[in-house]
Amino acid sequence: MIMDDLVVGGERFGSRLILGTGGAANLDVLERAVKASGTEMVTVALRRINAQKSADGLLDVVARTGVRLLPNTAGCRTATEAVKLAHLAREAFGTPWIKLEVIGDERTLLPDGVELVPAAERLVADGFTVLPYTNDDPILARRLADAGCAAVMPAGSPIGSGLGIGNPHHLRLLRQAVDVPVILDAGLGTASDAALAMELGCDAVLLASAVTRAEDPERMATAMRLAVEAGYLAARAGRIPRRFHALASTPDEGRPDL
Amino acid sequence: MRVTVNGDDRDLAGRTTVADAVVELTGLRRGVAVAVNGEVVPRGQWAETPLADGDRIEVLSAAQGG
Repeated sequence: MIMDDLVVGGERFGSRLILGTGGAANLDVLERAVKASGTEMVTVALRRINAQKSADGLLDVVARTGVRLLPNTAGCRTATEAVKLAHLAREAFGTPWIKLEVIGDERTLLPDGVELVPAAERLVADGFTVLPYTNDDPILARRLADAGCAAVMPAGSPIGSGLGIGNPHHLRLLRQAVDVPVILDAGLGTASDAALAMELGCDAVLLASAVTRAEDPERMATAMRLAVEAGYLAARAGRIPRRFHALASTPDEGRPDL
Repeated sequence: MRVTVNGDDRDLAGRTTVADAVVELTGLRRGVAVAVNGEVVPRGQWAETPLADGDRIEVLSAAQGG
């Protein structure tokens, strides 16, 4: 592959696509999507043990596919709650990596920046590699990077909405505001959204619903893999400037007189 | 003694530890974390951490999630 490795928290990744495991109809569908996506890291949640749902099976998928785990703090509403859940995740999975989510309300599931920053500061102090799910706000992203986060993960649009990237310009500003990797997280619907994220300068894309809730998750996972690679390459290929009028690609010189 | 495990009331024998409560609830050996009254109990301390009447125990494991 002609992509450079993604480096987050000192770890190298050949794939710039991170897959969320939420929303898959079953573990077989999930496993095929993970393989097709080429991802090297998947998110998992931590929930009350439920005899009906096999936590072991999910960890088996992770083990068989050889991907890294990125536990999340999904559903947390306060910094205190998120910090505790992060510590429980470290206990459960033996990794200090955490996708830090502190949401503001159920309707939008958008991050609560006021809670997010102190949660990030605390977890960094506790030795975690913190990847916060944040808003497309360059100033908040800078605060999180200054707090020691290993990456920042802005939402393109609300989780699961499939609306794509609502404010492309903010993502460009955000990209310039921080030195850590920017991972577009949430809201993507289809492959062109992922390609656009990469063209806007994002270092990677994290998505779940766009793949797991697609009619054919395995096929969409393949599309997302290709889109991330295409967007990465396009962003570095030096696109042509936009022109108001046409610019002929065939020379006028030598045109016959007919 | 009466405790709450994952939101459900349970009657446990006296001198029960966190480790006993986990074994009763699940056969899982990996990917499990426990909080008692909102505080994390590291796995290495489960066997030495006694439960008391009224304790709220959360036993957590991996679930699909974005």
